[in-house]
Amino acid sequence: MAEMEEGATRRDFINVASGAVGAVGAAAAVWPFINQMNPAADTLALASTEVDLSAIEVGMSITVVWRGKPVFIRHRTEEEIKEAEAVDLGDLPDPTPDAQRVEKPEWLILVGICTHLGCVPLGQKTTEPRGDYGGWFCPCHGSHYDTSGRIRKGPAPANLPVPPYAFTGDAAIRIG
Amino acid sequence: MSTANFSNPVVRWIDHRLPIFSFLHHEAHEYPTPKNLSYWWNFGSLAGIMLVIMLVTGITLAMHYTPHVDYAFDSVERIMRDVNSGWLIRYIHMNGASFFFIAVYIHIFRGLYYGSYKAPRELLWMLGVVIMLLMMATAFMGYVLPWGQMSFWGATVITNLFSAIPVVGDSIVTWLWGGFSVDNPTLNRFFALHYLLPFVIFAVVVLHIVALHRFGSNNPLGIDVKGPQDTIPFHPYYTIKDMFGLAVFLIPFCGFVFFAPNFLGHPDNYIPANPLVTPAYIVPEWYFLPFYAILRAVPDKLLGVLAMFGAIAVLFILPWLDRSPVRSGKFRPVFKIFFWLLFLDCILLTWLGGKPAEGVYVIAARFATAYYFFYFLIALPLLSIFETPKPLPKSISESVLGGAGGPAAAPAAAKEKA
Repeated sequence: MAEMEEGATRRDFINVASGAVGAVGAAAAVWPFINQMNPAADTLALASTEVDLSAIEVGMSITVVWRGKPVFIRHRTEEEIKEAEAVDLGDLPDPTPDAQRVEKPEWLILVGICTHLGCVPLGQKTTEPRGDYGGWFCPCHGSHYDTSGRIRKGPAPANLPVPPYAFTGDAAIRIG
Repeated sequence: MSTANFSNPVVRWIDHRLPIFSFLHHEAHEYPTPKNLSYWWNFGSLAGIMLVIMLVTGITLAMHYTPHVDYAFDSVERIMRDVNSGWLIRYIHMNGASFFFIAVYIHIFRGLYYGSYKAPRELLWMLGVVIMLLMMATAFMGYVLPWGQMSFWGATVITNLFSAIPVVGDSIVTWLWGGFSVDNPTLNRFFALHYLLPFVIFAVVVLHIVALHRFGSNNPLGIDVKGPQDTIPFHPYYTIKDMFGLAVFLIPFCGFVFFAPNFLGHPDNYIPANPLVTPAYIVPEWYFLPFYAILRAVPDKLLGVLAMFGAIAVLFILPWLDRSPVRSGKFRPVFKIFFWLLFLDCILLTWLGGKPAEGVYVIAARFATAYYFFYFLIALPLLSIFETPKPLPKSISESVLGGAGGPAAAPAAAKEKA
């Protein structure tokens, strides 16, 4: 067997080459078994939800389901809007102006899952505790959200996320 | 146990406390293996690899399957259409069952020809028959899960076999069903057992390998290993040979999976189960056909069922039916003829099992069934007494070095090489 310059033999080359091809083949064979756990086509196809807002009175909230998650829709009062807009951004752990979190100021739409560890915060009903800032209060570990769904106090690191949505009419939206 | 010297200090530290590396080195690396094994000895490892493939695909399919009469069929269709690569995983599992049986059947015929069931490997052989029985039960219950027409009626026919048992037969069938027909309770328990049994098979395979490694593999000459000159280490010689064999075996397997995935199945199983209508032709999967042919060859319900189970039971006592001290069929001129007739007989039974149970097919199935039992119960015991085997080579080494000249020419050939 001919010795190559650095002392590597043809056999070494064949070993490394076949090992590499084998590794690529094994990875290609393993991938379908990992990918099968990702959302299936029918799950992805059910990824948008249409909501009619016309029946929601001022001050009222409803919860709809989008991708298996609760989405909070609140028809905000003038006071709530003013309160949300008046906050000094420097007071916020996750500073975002209210204007960036709504399409129309009276409609606040949020994914109702606490950004701490995934509980659903209270505050959809007027009888429920809404925390120190009049928005939502998460009973699991005591996070307080304001009337724009922004985190104000407690362990949660971020504001309640705003899902992608668009108005399909004056009082109708499609989420997702 | 060997004192393998591992250079890695972490391996040494672990091995001192938990000798797993020594064990693997001993059983999968230096394990002395007869140096004359042919490619017929590849099928044991192929069957083992098929078992692993079936376990992996099966567990992933179970992540998407719903064992309920109202949802089972649709959940399988969802796997085919919506789940990422679901079609691939299901087709591998479906055709994997067939190729598992192909590997195992070849493995069994290899054992039959080379006398691998003879002393001291009787338990090894019997554990193998247990594995085959478990495989059959697992395959049958797996076929029920998609809840198509063939699933339903296959389940109905096979469970009804037990109604042939006198007195308690009907109670047993009701117990198997969990009701008064094949229904949701049946599907649920079949799913539970279909998930369980492969792990039981895995455990018996471990016992099979423990028994194998007690005396090592048989070989094409059927003579005992006389010393180190007759063996080579398992690794790398047989690991590489097994891998090459696997690559070859996977070619037709992938051919079926990608180009003819439903060739071995039955189109009626894509019709949802209907308890009120039986399909015109009920046939089991191909790997059950020889046994199905034996069942139908006997014109009596109980005796037919007994003959079918007897066809497997006879394998358990095979080591005591064939008393010939010569293992390999190579040196048994008369045995050879009967063996190849048995092989053709099993092919014929497979073909007949797929034909309608009428006219000439039934007659042929009766002759074929008769030969099957004749081979085991009459031919083998008589051959043990009356057959004169050819002279055996003195050792594996001598025979290998002698080349094609056979045992007599061996010393001369050895001299020439020297």
